[in-house]
Amino acid sequence: MLRLPTSTDPSCLKEMLLVCKLSRSSPNRAQIGAMDMAAKRRRLIPSSLRWLLTVPISSRDCRLFFPLRLPATLQISLLSVHYNIHQTMASARVAKIAKYKTTIKDPGTPGTLTMTLEKILFVPRNPKSAGKLDVEFRYIKGQKHTKEGSNKPPWLNLTNNQNGSFIFEFENYSDLQDCRDFVGKVLAKSGEVSEKPTAAYPDEQLNAAEMELRIKLLQDDSELQKLHKQFVLSDVLTEAEFWATRKKLLDREASKKIKQRLGFKSAMVSDIKPSTDGRTNKVTFNLTPEIILQIFAEKPAVHRAFLSYVPNKMSERNFWTKYFRAEYLHSTKNSIAAAAEAAEDEELAVFLKHDDILASEARRKIRRVDPTLDMEADEGDDYTHLPDHGIFRDGNKEMTELQNELYKRTLSQDINRHAAVVLEGRAVDAEFEDTKAVAEALAHSKRESSNKGESDGNSPERLDRLSRMTEIEDLQGSNNLPLAPLCIKDPRDYFDSQQANALRTSGDALSGTEQIKCSLSIPEVYGSLRESISSIKTMGWKEPIVKPEVAHQVFDALTNSISNTKHNIGKNPQESVLDRLPRKTKEELLHIWTSILELLKHFWASYPITTSYLYAKVNRLKDAMSNIYPQLEEIKGSVPSEFRHQVSLLVRPMHQALDAAIQHYEASMQKRSTQSGEKPNGYV
Amino acid sequence: MASAPSKLYADDVNLVVVLLDTNPFFWSSSSLSFSQSLSHVLAFFNAILTLNQLNQVVVIATGYNSCDYIFDSASDLNRSYENGRMPVMSSSLLQKLEEFLIKDEQLSKEEPDGRIKSSLFSGSLSMALCHIQRVFRSGALHPHPRILCLQGSPDGPEQYVAIMNAIFSAQRSEVPIDSCYIGAQNSAFLQQASYITGGVHHKPQNLDGLFQYLMTIFATDLHSRSFIHLPKPVGVDFRASCFCHKNTIDMGYICCVCLSIFCKQHKKCSTCGGCAGQKKRGQMCDCRLEILHLSP
Repeated sequence: MLRLPTSTDPSCLKEMLLVCKLSRSSPNRAQIGAMDMAAKRRRLIPSSLRWLLTVPISSRDCRLFFPLRLPATLQISLLSVHYNIHQTMASARVAKIAKYKTTIKDPGTPGTLTMTLEKILFVPRNPKSAGKLDVEFRYIKGQKHTKEGSNKPPWLNLTNNQNGSFIFEFENYSDLQDCRDFVGKVLAKSGEVSEKPTAAYPDEQLNAAEMELRIKLLQDDSELQKLHKQFVLSDVLTEAEFWATRKKLLDREASKKIKQRLGFKSAMVSDIKPSTDGRTNKVTFNLTPEIILQIFAEKPAVHRAFLSYVPNKMSERNFWTKYFRAEYLHSTKNSIAAAAEAAEDEELAVFLKHDDILASEARRKIRRVDPTLDMEADEGDDYTHLPDHGIFRDGNKEMTELQNELYKRTLSQDINRHAAVVLEGRAVDAEFEDTKAVAEALAHSKRESSNKGESDGNSPERLDRLSRMTEIEDLQGSNNLPLAPLCIKDPRDYFDSQQANALRTSGDALSGTEQIKCSLSIPEVYGSLRESISSIKTMGWKEPIVKPEVAHQVFDALTNSISNTKHNIGKNPQESVLDRLPRKTKEELLHIWTSILELLKHFWASYPITTSYLYAKVNRLKDAMSNIYPQLEEIKGSVPSEFRHQVSLLVRPMHQALDAAIQHYEASMQKRSTQSGEKPNGYV
Repeated sequence: MASAPSKLYADDVNLVVVLLDTNPFFWSSSSLSFSQSLSHVLAFFNAILTLNQLNQVVVIATGYNSCDYIFDSASDLNRSYENGRMPVMSSSLLQKLEEFLIKDEQLSKEEPDGRIKSSLFSGSLSMALCHIQRVFRSGALHPHPRILCLQGSPDGPEQYVAIMNAIFSAQRSEVPIDSCYIGAQNSAFLQQASYITGGVHHKPQNLDGLFQYLMTIFATDLHSRSFIHLPKPVGVDFRASCFCHKNTIDMGYICCVCLSIFCKQHKKCSTCGGCAGQKKRGQMCDCRLEILHLSP
């Protein structure tokens, strides 16, 4: 039998990619029996392959197998086809004939080893022998096995939490392989999230990065994982819907990844040292893509040689051998030997010569320098007011003789200023008769030049260009989308009351409660108020202000109610009822509450129902909500009696929320059914 | 919605801003007469002032057409209203109250149509918050302010927006709003106000013992509330008013951008102009008005 890898995980929705393309030479006697595939899943297989299906056989294994009588030339190549295995009910098993050994020396008890997803069961063939074993997979930590090529018999060693081990000897290696795969899958599944959340929703394109984010989120938050398992994997909600409301979480997760580009290492990785093997006189170089990248980046001639020589003229291995031969020659600094070898081997010569690409790049850079770059002035030019031209002698920065500094002037300052003016050139050309004309002309020319200069100083384009050029993109923070400012279209309408409307309609709103009418006119009511005030002014306060019996009554009632609520709710106002319940109940209640919230969120968001997709979704959600009622009853029943009242108080708002939703659903269904009487074609 | 975070109060000096309901229509039909309630309330003010030397009381009258400051225990103008029969402060309060009522009556325009209308609670709440802000800015040493609402008039749904804004700003400034409702029905606004800001709400059963209720529950200063138990209401009525008609609703539509509540589905939100965008299949669109169910 040829067994293909299958999923043995019963509780996940999985896309399995599998097609068998049978070789042309063999008659197609292959039968793929896919066990336990419900009819609707079969429909998902493309029709060209559907003939390959046969009726499932009674065993509940989920394996694809071919009958034995296939010719050996059968070639099976695995391509991809799409079918879903939705095995909520199936349990995958592996059963093998094996011997159970407690230690390596033990000859072993022959019997049958059966592995299901929950446990390992070994039943010895001789019912009287003592080797029966029943271990749950929870306790299995790891597995070891003997290799196929070695001379050892096929053994599988399962280690458990307490460092004990169970050794099984199989009849052949293929059995061992199967068991090993099965154990591996179960161990992998128990450790983490079952499978990748796959895109069951056909229109959704998910790339690997998105899926990774989702998996990571599910792994980090167990509450989210539970919700996901409960709803998405039981088909109440689709992936897309579940994650649609959690975009913010996904975004936050995505932004946590470092987007800064990593640079090269400072160490010269390309200067690698080989490992030498003294015995065989071989020298081994270890090349990783990182090292290769650095070599190509630093030596463009080598890069060019690689692109042109490999794979046409020589293999990669030869290429690198020659490269390292050249490096060795360089390191020996024996240029005569290098020249001699270069003369013989043309390719080697490439590595030995100077890198002409680098040379031409350098020349190009020199040509590219902007000749108009103006290095006319820098900070050091502003030295005339500093003592010693700003250069401090003997490293001391203190200014001594401060008050006389203003009056000192050195010869070098005069000479420098004269030289600067001479280099500037003659600003004023004409000949002048008197001093005033000279002064005015010089002032005029200075003003002109300063006007010209100022406009270039802090121009917005210059600043803009500067900011663009100095930006380092991967150090920028993420730009959140700009928040739209709230603009209230009509403040008066928003803030002011609409008295007329309120009067008209407030009666309807409060129609359920009694309304005390007041039938007096305005002056009457105000008059009565003022009368009360004057009466109290003349007579003073009522004596006593409050009668003792009344006060006593009030005080009693208040104390009673406070102590009752204290008993029911808790001593501490910050403490909540939940903390006093047993932990398991509390967790269950909280979980049910979050799942109710999730369902209600999706439920209310689907109204008004405009498409058939929403209609189906609402139905699914309603069914899921109806399933919660028995869960709540169960919790109420499982709680010890002293907490039962509080639990029912907690559960009441959950019931109310669910009831309101279901009521709304039924009302809309009724409305729809009365409406659809007019639309006989079933338009939803 | 969580209630306000509990602040640590170092001492028990309080500034109590009292919003006294002086809606004449309510008082004329209430079982407790105005003069009786005034004696309870005035005695209560004196009691607060005796609890601590540095306590202050400010009274704002919530009238039918206007609101005004009636009394400030810290001001020096109280001396001028000497009256042998009662404490000085009370007589000055009464005098000012009378003047306020005269002014309020003059502002009345239309004839009532028989129903008790609400008083201007939002106005007096805003005035209280402004006064408290001024106290906050008066320096580091100031008493801890809280607001006490003595209301009897029913809720005016048209004041919903303004009252909610005031409540949120009180929550932000960590000013608890206590409320004592002496009217007939329940007041959703007062319950929400106390719940959101961390104050205490109570509806006295026996109005003859109003003084006792006030002393037991509402005289407790903020520092003592960490160890003195006050009655907790069983539930809070979270009903809102819709923004378009100012009706009280418990199921409606909300704009996802500005959270304005409407009773009917609109294409465009009238507050912020956000439009109901195209809904993508299977996704919750950001711009759509969605159904909200507000449960009590």
